[in-house]
Amino acid sequence: MEKMIVAKTGNEAMAEAMRQINPDVVAAYPITPATEVVQIFSSFVADGRVDTEFVPAESEHSALSACVGAAAAGGRVMTSTASQGLALMHEVLFIAAGLRLPIVICEVNRSLSGPINIHCDHSDTMASRDSGWIQIYSEDSQEAYDNTIQAMKIAEKVFLPAIVSVDAFIISHSMERLEILPDEEVQAFIGEHRKPYDLLDVDNPITLGGLDLQDYFFEHKRQEIEAMKEAKAAVIEVGKEFGEKFGTSYGFFEEYRMEDADLAIIALGSTAGTTKVVVNALREKGMKVGLFKIRVFRPLASEEIKKSLEHMKAIAILDRADGMSSFGGPVFHEIRSCLYESEKRPIVTNYIYGLGGRDIFPEEIESVYKDLEKVAEKGEVKNLINYLGVRE
Amino acid sequence: MKKGWKELPIGTQIIKPGSSEDFKTGDWRIEKPIIDFDKCIHCLICWIYCPDSSIYVNDNKVTGINYDFCKGCAICAEECPKDAITMQSEVESE
Repeated sequence: MEKMIVAKTGNEAMAEAMRQINPDVVAAYPITPATEVVQIFSSFVADGRVDTEFVPAESEHSALSACVGAAAAGGRVMTSTASQGLALMHEVLFIAAGLRLPIVICEVNRSLSGPINIHCDHSDTMASRDSGWIQIYSEDSQEAYDNTIQAMKIAEKVFLPAIVSVDAFIISHSMERLEILPDEEVQAFIGEHRKPYDLLDVDNPITLGGLDLQDYFFEHKRQEIEAMKEAKAAVIEVGKEFGEKFGTSYGFFEEYRMEDADLAIIALGSTAGTTKVVVNALREKGMKVGLFKIRVFRPLASEEIKKSLEHMKAIAILDRADGMSSFGGPVFHEIRSCLYESEKRPIVTNYIYGLGGRDIFPEEIESVYKDLEKVAEKGEVKNLINYLGVRE
Repeated sequence: MKKGWKELPIGTQIIKPGSSEDFKTGDWRIEKPIIDFDKCIHCLICWIYCPDSSIYVNDNKVTGINYDFCKGCAICAEECPKDAITMQSEVESE
């Protein structure tokens, strides 16, 4: 199979994946705070390169509502947004998941206002993490492309919607080497569209979105929770199949030089790439350090995370969003909670960094590993929650 | 026995058309309307006003009230020009 090697931005990579998926409907609000993913896709529509019905809406709330309608009617549906756009979709996120519609959003991680900012942090998707959507974070453009294709298949396997995200500007607007699969290979991989039901089947009429009170709401939510459990198997199955067909396998996380590591950093998105550089440099100096990159945050692979990390001496979790609870970020809370089940229960610290697009440098990541070294030596934590790269 | 989560269709689908007929909402009522047929002139004003279509009419005559769906709003009693409809407490009528 001939892969095409091109130079593309993260935005272009996701738009390209959307083109190859060729969804029936894309409804979107294609201006700021969204990046140009949908704008690029709309040119594919205009040029007749896709069969998609493109619906420009007057807001992201309407855009996702139109997606819900289109998916309920039996279409394969995608959209794209970022930051405030995802926030404005928030109400409809829960509805899409509750109605079990396998919609895929190509999301660019941008800060939520205020203050107003369009640069990278994870506050937007972290604020949506309990909405019932599968969440896949991408380190670079290649992963954004690969993840988008896989997300469509995972979503349709378990009938849950999925968000694939990349870091704003750092990845979304930066040009990288990208390997693109042939169109027909993508189509063959995602396969025939699978839908949970068909609202337009007039011979078997159904009602959707009815009032669901004390009598049945809990049962429907319990089904949704079960689907998220099933999504764990789907993520692994699809990631493995992707590897067998196209060469790169994917799982819940990537373990980089973790085999004999004592000290680990946990990161999501582009910071994982920077951390790998630091890991290599520190390994040269003899430090047993590794990176644990979380790719899939929903479903949370709690058991697998525990098994992979429980033998560490000390772990630092990098959070590009704060929980505003005065007790650190969301990734810290959840990973630390997974490790509570372990008898070994390693030391886990938290570093909030990069809010509003503040750059993170290799020296800063190195300082985190140095902190971890001290923590592991002394066996005690001086600062549990730290703020990396903020002016005091 | 109501169905558990494993048996229900996914995504909150209601797969049986017209199932709202099975969902009796009359038990929301705290007062029920009673028609005094000695006073009733069958003007059908109650039938026009009833927001739940719960006034039974047969051959242009009021014949009774569908208590499975009447929620006791008392609009019929308020509008009746002959004061033929009175509201009675559900507790007392038991």
